[in-house]
Amino acid sequence: MAENKKDLILDIKDLVIHYETDDGTVEAVNGLDIQLEYGKTLGLVGETGSGKTTTALSILRLVPDPPGVIKNGSITLDGKDILNLPQKDLESIRGNLVSMIFQDPMTSLNPVLTVGEQIAEVIGLHENISEKEAADKAGQMLEVVGIPKERYGEYPHQFSGGMKQRVVIAMALACNPKLLIADEPTTALDVTIQAQVLETMKELREKFGSAMIMITHDLGIIAEVCDEVSVVYAGQIVEHGTLEDVFERTLHPYTEGLFGSLPNIEERRHRLQPIPGLMPDPTDLPKGCCFAPRCKYCTEACTKARPEMKWVSDTHYVRCSRYDEPGFKIERSVQ
Amino acid sequence: MSDTILEVKHLKKYFNTPKGTLHAVDDVSFTLERGKTLGIVGESGCGKSTTGRAILRLIEPTAGEVIFNGEDITKKNKEQMRLLRREMQLIFQDPYASLDPRKTVSEIIGEPLKLQKLIPDAKKRAERVHELMEVVGLADRLINTYPHELDGGRRQRIGIARALAMEPKLIICDEPVSALDVSIQAQILNLMQDLQEQMGLTYIFITHDLSVVNHFANDIAVMYLGQLIEKAPSVTLFDNPVHPYTKALLSAIPVPSLRKKRQRVMLKGEISSPINPKPGCRFAVRCPYATDRCRTEEPKLVEIEKDHFVACHLTEK
Repeated sequence: MAENKKDLILDIKDLVIHYETDDGTVEAVNGLDIQLEYGKTLGLVGETGSGKTTTALSILRLVPDPPGVIKNGSITLDGKDILNLPQKDLESIRGNLVSMIFQDPMTSLNPVLTVGEQIAEVIGLHENISEKEAADKAGQMLEVVGIPKERYGEYPHQFSGGMKQRVVIAMALACNPKLLIADEPTTALDVTIQAQVLETMKELREKFGSAMIMITHDLGIIAEVCDEVSVVYAGQIVEHGTLEDVFERTLHPYTEGLFGSLPNIEERRHRLQPIPGLMPDPTDLPKGCCFAPRCKYCTEACTKARPEMKWVSDTHYVRCSRYDEPGFKIERSVQ
Repeated sequence: MSDTILEVKHLKKYFNTPKGTLHAVDDVSFTLERGKTLGIVGESGCGKSTTGRAILRLIEPTAGEVIFNGEDITKKNKEQMRLLRREMQLIFQDPYASLDPRKTVSEIIGEPLKLQKLIPDAKKRAERVHELMEVVGLADRLINTYPHELDGGRRQRIGIARALAMEPKLIICDEPVSALDVSIQAQILNLMQDLQEQMGLTYIFITHDLSVVNHFANDIAVMYLGQLIEKAPSVTLFDNPVHPYTKALLSAIPVPSLRKKRQRVMLKGEISSPINPKPGCRFAVRCPYATDRCRTEEPKLVEIEKDHFVACHLTEK
């Protein structure tokens, strides 16, 4: 059912990435698939160590090697086979066709260059224009993200956290990328500032028409900015669908667990229902379903084999063997 | 009379900086009943952590009184404070930074017992450590591990066990779950709730995340630039926020649901500097409703209905 006819900016198939360390092999990404259309926003939601960031880095081929090894799979970005591209071509893609916004704006800005210079540098690298024109365009980009042009000559330390993240966004959008990867872009910010930054990102995405991958652990942010959601657990997508699919017709027990763990300001004082246990050790993943040891619906069959992708509609799939049984439902969908 | 465990009166903490006086905590007053939870919320730099620390005198308050169990602790000497600290403990935000990396789990939990000479006998102390580990849900086999071998959730359990070792009456929790993943966060929040019920603990829960305090705070105090701007029972605060900042703060929280969409109050600008604050309401520069009066005259905290305190000129009609 997952037809390949659609116009895809990004097509990741069966991606496997391991970190081979002295202490053992960390199985960070284990057969992950992403299909993203031009102009759409995909949310990747999952907890620390689920492989979200490794996946994002692999799209830019920035997985540190060693120890990172891409074992298997293919990544097609705007028709280009990323995993087999020469280094030189990669450099012209990064920041141009695809760019990334990192969690911590302080570490992704150069403290000894002014913010304007840093934005102009990106533009100068990718566009064949004079320094003066690049500087003009950098000034315009600052205005676009809501920073007055006059602050072009200021250094990152003179900006607050929210403002720095705006600078990073301006830099990421400067060359009008077709794909923007945002890795926890607002986690380091206060909520009122987060709201401002998310709003700016939403507006700009509409204006520039970029597709976006939003990596976050916050289902609230997903609900606000994404068209589609992929829930990642132990390096695999355990559930994928449109926003409505995943929020209203939740299928996977882990997704249900995430919703149960969230303190929700709309529902007061029901006791939280945490997921018992911890994420499995990525150097020693269970043989069967990786979520089985924490899952309340787990049967013996779950511990024996990895569940296959099961499409329940054109847009919605789940990896859970229990759905092989007719009539199986998780509690959230019964309510 | 209600059973008040803590009364904070006009607490101030100023820091001298090269640029002027930084008003970190500026005239904060509140009372807290035994066995209840007060949530203190606000954004970075609003003075919520400083308030917590000034109450414990981990940093010396500039002015004000902290009355704990009927006694003003700001007047106590060092030795008296040391004994008082048994009853008032702190749980830190970052379980990675607040545990000694060279000590084992049992040494970390046992250390306060040793320092306070509560259980001088090593064997009995080991029994108590064992007991505490069970209370917070740490497996026995972890007793000789070091913090770096454990994940964030378990480390936070160590921090809780260490705080409980003193059998405190009041625990100030400074962002205890914000470094944890949601599924682990929920485990720790439930644990803290259970402990409160079993031991009758009183919590001050400092956080930037309103949805977390909604879960178990009885009262919520909202701080902005060193001042308390609204305080109310949590139900009231969520259903009927009055201060424009509280409204904006509530509406800014992304809700993980597609059905209930809040009308968002978007704030302009960012928190201004707490150094030599200008007269008037400190929120006025970002407030969509600010008037001339707001810019010149500082609003007082007034009770607009029972237990609901607000510092805003607009509430006075």
